[in-house]
Amino acid sequence: MAEVPNIAPVLPEIFLALAAMSLLMLGVFQKATTPDGVIHASRLTSGLGVVTLVLALMLVFTVSGDTRIAFDGLFVSDSFATYAKVLILIASTLSLILAQNWLERQGAHRFEFAILVIFATLGMMMMVSAGNLLSLYMGLELQSLSLYVLAAFHRDDTRSTEAGLKYFVLGALASGLLLYGSSLVYGFTGTTDFATIASTVAAQDHTPMGLVVGLVFVMAGLAFKVSAVPFHMWTPDVYEGAPTPVTAFFAVAPKVAALALFLRVMVGPFGSLVAEWQQVVVVISILSMALGAFAAIAQMNIKRMMAYSSIGHVGYALIGLAVGNEAGVQAVLVYLSIYVFMNIGIFACIMAMRRGERHVENIFELGGLAKTHPGMAAVLAVFMFSMAGIPPLAGFFGKFYIFLAAIEAHLYTLAIIGVLTSVVSAYYYLRIIKIMYFDEAGIEPLESPLPRSISGVLAVSGAVVILFFLVLAPVVNWAGAAAASLF
Amino acid sequence: MFGFEHLLSVLIFLPLAGAGFILVIPGDDEIAVRNARRTALFASSFTFLMSLFLWFGFDGSTADFQFVEKTDWIPTYNISYHLGVDGISMLFVMLTTLLTPICILASWDSIKTRVKEYMIAFLILETMMVGMFSALDIVIFYIFFEAVLIPMFLIIGVWGGQRRVYASYKLFLYTLTGSVLMLLAILVMYLQAGTTDIPTLMATRFDPSLQIWLWLAFFASFAVKVPMWPVHTWLPDAHVEAPTAGSVILAGVLLKFGGYGFIRFSLPMFPDASLYFTPMMYGLSIVAVIYTSLVALVQHDMKKLIAYSSIAHMGFVTAGTFTMTTQGVEGAIYQMLSHGVVSAALFLCVGVIYDRMHTREISAYGGLVHKMPRYALVFMLFMLASVGLPGTGGFIGEFLVLVGLFKANTWVAAFIATGLVLGAAYMLYLYRRVVFGALEKDEVKKMLDMSPREIAVFAPLIVLTLWMGIYPVSFLDVMHVSVDNLLGQVQIALDISKSAVVAGQ
Repeated sequence: MAEVPNIAPVLPEIFLALAAMSLLMLGVFQKATTPDGVIHASRLTSGLGVVTLVLALMLVFTVSGDTRIAFDGLFVSDSFATYAKVLILIASTLSLILAQNWLERQGAHRFEFAILVIFATLGMMMMVSAGNLLSLYMGLELQSLSLYVLAAFHRDDTRSTEAGLKYFVLGALASGLLLYGSSLVYGFTGTTDFATIASTVAAQDHTPMGLVVGLVFVMAGLAFKVSAVPFHMWTPDVYEGAPTPVTAFFAVAPKVAALALFLRVMVGPFGSLVAEWQQVVVVISILSMALGAFAAIAQMNIKRMMAYSSIGHVGYALIGLAVGNEAGVQAVLVYLSIYVFMNIGIFACIMAMRRGERHVENIFELGGLAKTHPGMAAVLAVFMFSMAGIPPLAGFFGKFYIFLAAIEAHLYTLAIIGVLTSVVSAYYYLRIIKIMYFDEAGIEPLESPLPRSISGVLAVSGAVVILFFLVLAPVVNWAGAAAASLF
Repeated sequence: MFGFEHLLSVLIFLPLAGAGFILVIPGDDEIAVRNARRTALFASSFTFLMSLFLWFGFDGSTADFQFVEKTDWIPTYNISYHLGVDGISMLFVMLTTLLTPICILASWDSIKTRVKEYMIAFLILETMMVGMFSALDIVIFYIFFEAVLIPMFLIIGVWGGQRRVYASYKLFLYTLTGSVLMLLAILVMYLQAGTTDIPTLMATRFDPSLQIWLWLAFFASFAVKVPMWPVHTWLPDAHVEAPTAGSVILAGVLLKFGGYGFIRFSLPMFPDASLYFTPMMYGLSIVAVIYTSLVALVQHDMKKLIAYSSIAHMGFVTAGTFTMTTQGVEGAIYQMLSHGVVSAALFLCVGVIYDRMHTREISAYGGLVHKMPRYALVFMLFMLASVGLPGTGGFIGEFLVLVGLFKANTWVAAFIATGLVLGAAYMLYLYRRVVFGALEKDEVKKMLDMSPREIAVFAPLIVLTLWMGIYPVSFLDVMHVSVDNLLGQVQIALDISKSAVVAGQ
């Protein structure tokens, strides 16, 4: 008798997959059967999509707890995966809430948007739960393919299609690197299962060269996905070209997923090769922090600036990976939680930058915002101070735990470079505040009032960033438990 | 102790509550602005009145921390919301709560745009400053210490003068660079000692070679804040561009962060390193005193002149602190307090005539004594207090510092003492050019003497300056036991390392 596989741990993913497919059908029928079908279908899938993601979030909580394995080790559900999934789902939900209004006003409101977001989210959840190189690749590709389409979603806009194509070509290259690395790893260990790779590698007295080469290829592929230097080239162009709600989504959910995956792969199967990969991570971390800090100074387009800022933030998160122990992983998780809320808030502000029918992206368009939109200016200023890591705002605590982990592991140079680049990056975050508060208003004020979805997201993310210190202890403990499940 | 268990929390969060009230005042009209001003004044005055309980309830006969509050914050990391004051910090808390309502009163008419935001910024600033001085957990300390930058950046950048953007950036980035290095040192200390509790850290002995690095990291932060030569260049810019009240709070309280930090952290936690670096501190202090005094002599801008004089006065503080004698340290604290009052008053004096003429150029004035006799008297008092005339607060601090220095090192004392002469030179020169001379300029002829509101602003500062000069014991008694205890601890630690060296040979 064939055994029935234990699908309980995979419940949220199965639910998401089924829901996305039903929504797809629903959207098609809605579009075909009602007048004004396009807008109805898009509103319906977007609304139901938000509901679906929230339900998936609840389901994630029901399966959380002990480490559970499904499909013979292909799928792992542990507290680490749960933590990452919660963050991913929150990020996706908030981005989807923000997107609808923007898409409608740009005339790009196709119902596939929400479905693609859900599929991408599903891919990310598979990534963070991967227990095998194959399921890793499956999740990664599901995510990436959805994201390529999303980047080119505004198909009448040349910048958007260019961004989609660029992302696709470079992303395919990265996937190729990853696959090549995976095949080398398989060749030298004889397995694709993470747990077996770990025990095989640990048992070898002498690490074969081919395995190290494979590991480096895998890392290159993952570094591309998290947009760490020197695999960051696509980020500014894609961020700038993609429709703003898509950029907002890119900046949060896939970052969390890819970094979580990076952590799982490095400390899981290759945990005993820390000495080999640590130096590589240290180098890309330093390069990312430095490039993120210096290159952003020259950016006048706020989306491009945020792209470089995200490269810098990945650099900080990679400090936690470079540490390579439980404290490091915990620090990265805390960092990512804060990062999600700061970024989604900033992108909500960027989406609100509109004059009539025109969307503006130059940072100087924010001039005098403190007079015309005092609330939005105050919240954006809070986000910027938080990005710069000024206490008592949330961003400070993210950096605090990262540097604590680095110091504990005696990575003093990395920590010192980290704090100094954070001072450099403070410069361009402050510039946004300067433009809003110190400069006079531009020709005409930005549109007001803000759409409800934007002000709602701003209120939530602003409150989280300001009041994060109140929930710091539980978040840190939870991240600690999540990190412990990886070791 | 009056049963005020949460007095410090009340002092910290009262201004914040006031800021919250102002935030919900609707509208931008004249009435809303007036209400914002009144709320701010009420919140800060009430905070000051509450802080009087601190003054009267304080027990000067013990070196223990008083009014202690402790609540777990991040228990897994052993970080707690721990507050308390001793004889050193209590007086700084009082200084803060006193100066804030004065600042708000001083910006009553001179701030005309975005009044609500201005008042909110000032009240938040007060919260952070009081929190900084009363924190007994080093992480809490750091949070308050850094957070001060946010309101200060906005106050200078929004309500400042011509080059306000440059000045606010410079302030922010200089200070941030120093403090992030301190943050790393704090993390190292936490990992060594397993706690972030300040009293416990004071009792922890760090390895002398590690102390050097930790000391340098703290130095990076405090030296910028003091500011010490050669990282002082942000101060003249910030002072010149800041609105009057911003300069007052900057000179009155923010500059004390550095001196307070040296006394609270560097001396007791890193005694060996402090001893090791004493010659360097002496050297930098001498340069600060002599060089910045000379620079002050040639300034054309009143605020810049007073800013440079601040740096010179803070040179006394750093020199006095590192004598590690009772007189020197008490003199340093006393100097900081009196400088807090006197320089604040001097910036207010500049503000009074700036509000009338809208220029800080010394050459634009002259002969003010004929039109503004009351102003001339007030200005003279504070000018002489800044010079260190006996009978004013400035004298006691400088005198004690010099006594401490003579005990420690005669040569350093001799050099530092030249600061007294130079100080007299630039202050008297300033006073002569502004207040005396012929009344020739038409604009000056039209100026009116001080209004009742302005007199109300100066009255408490005049009383305090004279009190500090005539009866210093009421302040020295508060700090004496704490300072003695601190230096005793430092001495014990130094003796231990000395015997360790002897034993090692």
